[in-house]
Formats: sequence, C-alpha cells, structure tokens
Amino acid sequence: MRTTITVNGEARSMDLDTRTTLLDALREHLRLTGSKKGCDHGQCGACTVLVNGTRINACLSLAVMHDGDEVTTIEGVGAVDGLHPMQVAFLTEDAFQCGYCTPGQICSALGMLREVADNWPSQETQDLTGPVRLTNDELRERMSGNICRCSAYPQIVAAIRSIAGEPA
Amino acid sequence: MRPFTYERATDAQAAVKAMAEHPNAKFLAGGTNLLDLMKLEIEHPAHLIDVGRLPLAAIEDTAEGGLRIGAMTTNSHVAADARIRSRYRVLTQAIVAGGSGQLRNKATTGGNLLQRTRCAYFYDTAKPCNKRHPGSGCGALEGLNRNSAIFGASDACIATHPSDMAVALVALDASVETLTPWGEGRRFPVAELHRLPGETPQIETRLAPGELITAVVLPRPPQGGQVYRKVRDRASYAAGLASVAVAGGNLALGAVAHRPWRADKAEAALKSGASPGEAIAAELAGAAQNGRNGFKINLVARLVPAALEEARANGRDA
Repeated sequence: MRTTITVNGEARSMDLDTRTTLLDALREHLRLTGSKKGCDHGQCGACTVLVNGTRINACLSLAVMHDGDEVTTIEGVGAVDGLHPMQVAFLTEDAFQCGYCTPGQICSALGMLREVADNWPSQETQDLTGPVRLTNDELRERMSGNICRCSAYPQIVAAIRSIAGEPA
Repeated sequence: MRPFTYERATDAQAAVKAMAEHPNAKFLAGGTNLLDLMKLEIEHPAHLIDVGRLPLAAIEDTAEGGLRIGAMTTNSHVAADARIRSRYRVLTQAIVAGGSGQLRNKATTGGNLLQRTRCAYFYDTAKPCNKRHPGSGCGALEGLNRNSAIFGASDACIATHPSDMAVALVALDASVETLTPWGEGRRFPVAELHRLPGETPQIETRLAPGELITAVVLPRPPQGGQVYRKVRDRASYAAGLASVAVAGGNLALGAVAHRPWRADKAEAALKSGASPGEAIAAELAGAAQNGRNGFKINLVARLVPAALEEARANGRDA
C-alpha cells in the first residue's frame, strides 16, 4: 500500500505491506535504525518517536495509519556534528550504559517537556487546575513508559532536569 | 500478524457501511490494544477500517450543562481539558492512572472503552480461554488467577475489564452515543455498555456487530467531591488490582469484575447513614474469591473508605 510519511523533514514514499508497523517502516524500509525495537508491544518505550510533535510507541502503530504525518526520529533530533541539547545532556550526565533505550528516552523526554509546557496533568499532579510543577516525582511518572534495563534512571532524571530547569 | 486489507474511513456513516460490507472487519482507532492483540494472533481481522481521523475528536459543552467527548479524542486530550480537570477531576485522575504517556497520546475514548482484558489466559494462545476460543474452557479458574474478578464472574470466565477511564465514567453516570450498522444513532449509559460473562464471555458489550461508538456524554457533575484511587503492583504503568471512582454519592469499582462495577449496594447504605466501612461491607457481601484473588476483598474494604474520605475533602475544597 502506497504510503507517504514526512520523516525528519523529508517526504518519504513507500510501498508497504499493511502489516508493517511504523517502527519497521522506519528501521527496515528507511534504514533509520536509531529507533529501537525492544519489546514490540508498547511496554518498554525504546521505539518512542514524535508524530506531529507528540510522542507515541512506533511499534504499536501501522505505517499506513501515518500517511501524511510528520515523524521525528532520533536521527532528526540532532546530528553527530550538531547534537541536540538533550543529547548533550545525556552524554554529560552519563545517562545510559548500553544505550539501547536512549533514542527512545530522548524522544520521549522531548515530547514530555512539550506536554508539561502545554500544562498536561499526570497522576502526580496534585493541583489539577493550577500550572504543572515538574518535580522529580512528576518527571519520573511522566517517563514511566520508558524502561532502562541498565537502570540509569537517576542519571536520566538528571539529564532531563538539566534541560527542564528546577521547578518554580 | 495475519494479512489484512486497510481503508481509512472519511465519515462515520461510511465507516459503518464499510463494516457491513466486509466480513471479519474491525474498526481501528489508536490501535494500542488491537494491534498488540493482532501481533499475538489473538485478534485476526481480515479488514481494518481506520476511524482514527474521523471528525469526532472535539469536546463540546452540552445544552444540559455537561460535556460531549468525541470518541476519537485521545486519552491525553480528555485528561488535559480544563473543563474536565475542574468539574470532572475523577475522570482526569482515572485516565492518567492508566497506561503511559505514549499510550495515552494514541489511545482514544472509544477504544479505551472497548479494550480487552489483560487476563494471562486470554493472552496465552496455548491455554484454554472461553473468551478467545469459546468452548475451550477457562484456564484461570484453577490457575494463576490473582487478578481475576470478585464480582459477577461465572464458571466460564473470571476475567476483569482493565479500563480506568470507564470506571470514572460509570461513577459520573456518563452515556455512550453510537452509530449502528443500519445507520441509526443510539444512546445508553456507559454502565450498560459492558456485559457480565455468563456463558458467553466472548460477547463483551451490548454493541451490535459493526456498531461504532461516536461519543461519550457527561451529564452535569454530581454534587459532592470526586476522586479516583488505584492500587497496583508498582507505582506507575501497570494494570490495577483494584480501583475506585467516587463522584458525589456515586461509587464504581475497577479491576474487580468483567465490567466497571457500580457499587449500588454501598451507595444505598451510605444514603441510609451507614459508615464508609459498613457501606463497602454491604457491597462485598456479594463478592466471591477464586483461590488466589481473595486479597482483593480486603483491598477493596480498605481502599473505598480511604477514597470516600479523600473525596469528601475534595468536595469541601471545591
């Protein structure tokens, strides 16, 4: 099935089996292997990408559902010679060991910060009618869809915190 | 995953018409549950009708002083809506208690209601399950049934409904609006959407085959405080062991039955002056255990009074 998705700013047209997930289209058809396949069931978050600016699990979506969408993968977040500040923060804070979950962590963190800027609540939000304060409990709760088997969580929190700033 | 054909519906009427024309078709919205089940070959539709982009993603004020939530509104957008946060906080709290940020960004209001049980025997295609394979038996009855139902179960099925959102909707006396395959609009309470398993646990709702949920309608919020409390094995991103939604004098329980469980016996007891502990004991008099899930009875007995107290405090602050 002919499907055109704008990936990292470039329109990419593919002829796909309807069963192809967005993740497999990115990795196997477009050779963008930064997005990782961990569990393939939406439980680990390694496949997290931004679709029209919103974070989702690319493994739990069919590529044909995204005809006309704009997708940003880790390859579009930054380049080797021009890292995104969040990528620099993960390096600075040593926020990974094996690195397999890192592209998903970084895409998720960027999507999460936009949700906070839009004042979306989480289960840690005590005052549902006021502005969200991104406490560490809030930050950890909002990143709970991204698993790190090496358990670099304290450093991941520190890296995201260094970009988000301290809560007011 | 087995092969299937795919189409993107342009309007709701066309979607139900396409459903009538294709045998073994399914609606696809966010896909977070259906695609997972298709990968596991628990679901195997021959045709998918993508309804995710239908113009049913608005949240509108109703003439009755409530809200109409389009069925394709994502869980994240419902939870974040300022009107829902201020007037229906139990709904926001229930939604953000479910799934992860990534899942809530994709999952829809209609799809959340129609998600399927997380019972391990439903998921394991090597095991008997009357819901997945009618007539094969229930592996959970004598098996690892720690998270099975304590209300309304049958010998054919002891699975629970996993939605948090639906529990809040039942407590809020919400309704669903649907479009039938014959093009008629229907409206009925969310509390009447899901069935008890009986002898036919594969039939989970009262929707006709091919009927599409188009909206959820919230009436004016009830008088009194609201709260959603959920207990689970870890602090985030896990299905509930038991949950409770309080909305004024209304009380609904989650993860304890094949549908969101409206605790009407407890409500009646509270109205006639019983203490929270006495009220939930009246409800739990009708509970039954299956060996490994008996702890849920104690859990609910402790959870509900705590939630009622919190709801009362919320009601005073409002």
